[in-house]
Amino acid sequence: MVTSSTDDAIVAGVRSGDEAVFAQLLNDWSRSMLLLARTFVSTDASAEEVVQDTWLAVIGGIDRFEGRSSLRTWVYRVLVNTAKKRGLRESRTVPWSSLATADEFPGPTLESALFRDATDRYPGHWRSFPAQWRSPEAMVLDGEVRTQVRTAIDALPERQRIVITLRDMMGHSSDEVCEMLQVTGANQRVLLHRARAAVRTHLAPYLTDGSSAEADGVA
Amino acid sequence: MADLTCQEFVELVTDYLEGALDEDTTTRFEQHLASCPGCETYLNQMKETASRLGEIPTETLSEEMQSRLLAAFRDFHR
Repeated sequence: MVTSSTDDAIVAGVRSGDEAVFAQLLNDWSRSMLLLARTFVSTDASAEEVVQDTWLAVIGGIDRFEGRSSLRTWVYRVLVNTAKKRGLRESRTVPWSSLATADEFPGPTLESALFRDATDRYPGHWRSFPAQWRSPEAMVLDGEVRTQVRTAIDALPERQRIVITLRDMMGHSSDEVCEMLQVTGANQRVLLHRARAAVRTHLAPYLTDGSSAEADGVA
Repeated sequence: MADLTCQEFVELVTDYLEGALDEDTTTRFEQHLASCPGCETYLNQMKETASRLGEIPTETLSEEMQSRLLAAFRDFHR
């Protein structure tokens, strides 16, 4: 993976038409760009076109890159803008400016029924502990679980889906994500928190240790 | 200072993992964690969810698209 310390060399290479440098970038970044694009548009084919248009914009626009952010952040911002335009046409996108409105955060991330109520001796404590998952060593993510991950992520509200894709699937830092999406650290954390909690809840039945009697989410 | 409930704990997990809790809340979070196996399980599962997502193999651009973009790059610099 390309790091910011090599940005200058990469930018110089792309500007001067060094094909090896560009081919390396294509190879290193296209996977995560597709993943990000896919969160804005409704088909894999559309996502590929967004990534194509982004690279074409980078080829033609690299001279406008001023080095105020990392090259990667700049390229991803081009991608987000390209994807949003296309997503709007597919009416899948929501403006980021309406971020963190109350309707996106309707209460706790786990059902209240999982916890003891106010009349209990221990209000707010687990009714029964979450069921143990199989140990990570014993657990290869099989096709079934991968499909469920995809299903869980697709079902998230858009901004949560984008943040968890960038953070957990693509491995970007919170600073990078805030810069790419122009959101505050606090907003980013709320979105990530809700997204992870929802994916965890969705995956729990598939990852629960078979010897454990009680399925997660059942009080 | 009141002890955290499990329900409060689960809502602080991401802020804790991101290092965004203040010192006092971090202490209460860790005290609760040390005494509650259910919340320890929950925290570990949230960590595992995050790390497992990074292992999902993903598609890259088709060979055809890559050649087309390389050709576009070449043409631009001709």
